[in-house]
Amino acid sequence: MVKRFLVLLVLIFFTIMIIPLITDVQPQTELNSLAKKYVKDGSDELGGANLVTSVIVTYRGLDTLGEVAVLFIATAGVGFLLRRRKKALSKPVKKRESSEILQTGTLLLMPLILLFGVYIFLHGHLTPGGGFQGGVVIASGILLSFLARPQSELNHTVLHTIESLSGAFYIVIGVLGIYLAAGFLDNRIMPLGDFGRLFSAGAIPIIYSLIGLKVGSELVGILDSMQRSEL
Amino acid sequence: MTLVTIIGIALVILGLWGMLTQRNLIKIIIGFSIIDTGIHLIIVSIGYIKGKTAPIIDSPALKADAVNKVVDPIPSALVLTAIVIGLAVTALMLVYAVNLYQRKQSLDINDFKELKW
Repeated sequence: MVKRFLVLLVLIFFTIMIIPLITDVQPQTELNSLAKKYVKDGSDELGGANLVTSVIVTYRGLDTLGEVAVLFIATAGVGFLLRRRKKALSKPVKKRESSEILQTGTLLLMPLILLFGVYIFLHGHLTPGGGFQGGVVIASGILLSFLARPQSELNHTVLHTIESLSGAFYIVIGVLGIYLAAGFLDNRIMPLGDFGRLFSAGAIPIIYSLIGLKVGSELVGILDSMQRSEL
Repeated sequence: MTLVTIIGIALVILGLWGMLTQRNLIKIIIGFSIIDTGIHLIIVSIGYIKGKTAPIIDSPALKADAVNKVVDPIPSALVLTAIVIGLAVTALMLVYAVNLYQRKQSLDINDFKELKW
């Protein structure tokens, strides 16, 4: 009973604390000065049609690097906590075969899903989307194949190679920006190209493709650890 | 004050209630996810400007007058970051739940008294 009362108290205090957010905050009517600069320069200076991508990949590129690092640490943590015990290794668990519909459907859908993921991260500077979204779509395609063939084993060498290489090239491109352009992760190390075309916005498509591959392989790693673990 | 802000705050409170009252570890994690979603909605609603379009310049008319026609791109970028981090944290929490289940064959929070005082 005391516990319920305390919970209620916490919720009431939290609500009172957060009420100013509803009553006092006036909705914006125009962009603040920083957003104005990003909107103006994001398209003229960096050549990206999707301004959110310009902010994420270039203006706040260091944040995104940190984000990728957090995702990497989480993946490492998942892999560490779900590592296969010696005892479990000796007797492989018998998993139920998946249904005919799922197996046939996977053959049709998986290539399309992977292609869609690649499309999303290649066009991150033009359309809503980008490396993170594309990576998640790719991971969902791999998840479908896990469901269709529960016995299959993933090639971990390929996965780890993709992950490490994309991470390393991401840093290399960032450092190149210091020498060839204005700063770390500057996208103007390559010609900006025609605004709104696939080959435009300098290095943004390349950086976002690397992020997409890295996020995709990391999420596949998480799914793989979870699939192989048993209770 | 917009409808989205209010929904976001309601989700945060609902998630907090779930985290405080539920005993099942999986349900606590679901509560965390609901808080996460609510915070995303609040951040996005702060950046929204009434009557303006998404910050994606897909036509010459928009490019000419982008500053007066698009919403703030920074909250959207922050939410994108927050979603990915939330996903990673949720995966890590679920794996902790799996590990705890392997130890005690139970997901009830009351069965784990080691750190209780």
